Amino acid sequence: MNRHNSEQGIDKSPSGISGLDEITGGGLPSGRPTLICGSAGAGKSLFAMTFLVEGAIKYNEPGVYMSFEETAEELSSNVASLGYDLPTLIAEKKIAIDHVEIERNQIEETGEYDLDGLFVRLGFAIKSTGAKRVAIDTIEVLFAGLSDTGVLRAELGRLFRWLKDQGVTAIITGEKGEGTLTRNGLEEYVSDCVILLDHRVDDQVATRRLRIVKYRGTSHGTNEYPFLIDEDGITVLPVTSMLLDHDVSDERVSSGVDPLDDMLGGRGFYRGSSVLVSGSAGSGKSTLAAHFVDETCRRGERCIYFAFEESPLQIMRNMRSVGIDLNQWVHKGLLKFSASRPNLWGLEMHLARMHKEISDFRPRVVVVDPIYNLKSVGSNSEVHSMLLRLIDYLKSMAITGMFVALDSSNTSEADNSTVSSLMDSWIQLRTIEHSSERNRGIYILKSRGMSHSNQIREFMLTDDGIRLREVYLGKGEVLTGSARLIQEALDEQEKVEQQQAIERMARDAVRRRQLLEQQISTLQSELENVNDEFDHLTREQQVASQLGDSARTQLTESRNVGAKR
Amino acid sequence: MHEENSSGAKEKWQLRLYIAGQTPKSARALANLQNFCEEHLKGQYEIEIVDLMEHPELAMRDQIIAIPTLVRKLPAPIKKIIGDLSQNQRVLAGLDINLLTS
Repeated sequence: MNRHNSEQGIDKSPSGISGLDEITGGGLPSGRPTLICGSAGAGKSLFAMTFLVEGAIKYNEPGVYMSFEETAEELSSNVASLGYDLPTLIAEKKIAIDHVEIERNQIEETGEYDLDGLFVRLGFAIKSTGAKRVAIDTIEVLFAGLSDTGVLRAELGRLFRWLKDQGVTAIITGEKGEGTLTRNGLEEYVSDCVILLDHRVDDQVATRRLRIVKYRGTSHGTNEYPFLIDEDGITVLPVTSMLLDHDVSDERVSSGVDPLDDMLGGRGFYRGSSVLVSGSAGSGKSTLAAHFVDETCRRGERCIYFAFEESPLQIMRNMRSVGIDLNQWVHKGLLKFSASRPNLWGLEMHLARMHKEISDFRPRVVVVDPIYNLKSVGSNSEVHSMLLRLIDYLKSMAITGMFVALDSSNTSEADNSTVSSLMDSWIQLRTIEHSSERNRGIYILKSRGMSHSNQIREFMLTDDGIRLREVYLGKGEVLTGSARLIQEALDEQEKVEQQQAIERMARDAVRRRQLLEQQISTLQSELENVNDEFDHLTREQQVASQLGDSARTQLTESRNVGAKR
Repeated sequence: MHEENSSGAKEKWQLRLYIAGQTPKSARALANLQNFCEEHLKGQYEIEIVDLMEHPELAMRDQIIAIPTLVRKLPAPIKKIIGDLSQNQRVLAGLDINLLTS
């Protein structure tokens, strides 16, 4: 099965090697020879064998392995640990192995000769399996065994032409020379595709790297790609889409701490976003991460926790003390811990391993705790580059990533700010010191794409996990902890006193009113009395004047009667 | 070197020549071989020709890389030489034939 890459017009044979097909845009050039060179132990034979076996198993292309160094039994046991059952494949005629023995002291060269024997053997093996893939590993042994280099070179040229005629996709391995790709110049004959494998030790850390030196007709990455070889075979770091063209999601995931979700626009982080949690030592960063993990697993989603500082058992024990049980998720297969010391491998290897674990376990959430000690195996820019690629990969898989970093007095916000540019959200745990006491505050420095709170909240680790409280903002100060409690008590007292004062004044007022009211009623009755008196006097006066009138009238009448007699 | 065993009979040489089809090289090799054997191993040799074009499976079994290849099967141990056998000295050395005592 070949994948026709119509853009570039070359048919490619997929290698089945994780990551390599992505880098080469489909695999090795079909029907052509590819040269894989590298120093001893770089992994050339394994690459060649994997190409063949994957071809036989996955792509229905039988293969022939011509080995100049190892026997069929040795090759079988080499790959048995990777899960490849070579003897069965051989029995099924899907793979043929031809071990070529050359011993120089046995061979006397007595005149003209050619290497038709090899051609016959290869041809026979190809025919008997119907092979479409061939590996020759490593033909340079011929140079050690036969002295007529003229014949050798002529025959090599003939071999590669012959391979093309056979229409097989071939891998030729060659040992790296001093300053040349191969010791005997095989690269002259193989011009379609050349891959160089490197196995380097820098600062006591070993890294494997792969570089496509040449790939005719294909635009290929010219960078070095790290790869690792482990019990699952070869994994080449897949190329992440550096074009920033990931799909984005509107979906939100809870942080595991409800008040924090509130601070994040009410709903939590965006799925597939990158979150930085930074804080000073002991500020509760890992606990926050544990809440996130707990919530994720509770939703039934898988999570990988990459631990670079504490062992998984220690982490789980610590979280139990704040009421978070991570062990249950491990048992249910939802949570996977992957712990290692940073200086166990180089950064590239770490990244390759993380890629592999993520693609095997398929989590929805990844936690990296912490990232700061990765600086012990790389410079700032190398760590930045590694994180960039990891975050890129996570975003392309819509995996939400949480990264724990340290704010210490030496690392300023500047150090973390280079990392923070990679992050969509940055949550900072601050220590608030006041009158010889330290309390924790949580603060959202940024969160792209959502309105978030810009207030600091008090953050407490209780037996039931993280609790947030509103901070005290009275009197223009931010107070937390005991200072807050004291101030709140004082405030309470003040309020009570005020209340009492008001009540007192109210009572006073009531009393005065009563007094006044009494006075008023007294005055009123006096008024009434005076009125009464006034009325009385007026009436008397009237009576008196009436009496006077009538008396005078009577007197007048009596006087008038007397006078007439 | 001619060996004599206790019964006085000379040891038989079994030689096998591998070729890949009828080519000038293989024809030369065969001619050279026959001359050589007549000269040094008269009466006590047997030549077998294996054409790998007809029996390709034998190439792997007998570990043949170069053509032509001459294999001395007897007397033991097995010796292998390659080429069209035109260089006499080399043939002698390769087949381990000591001329001085022949």
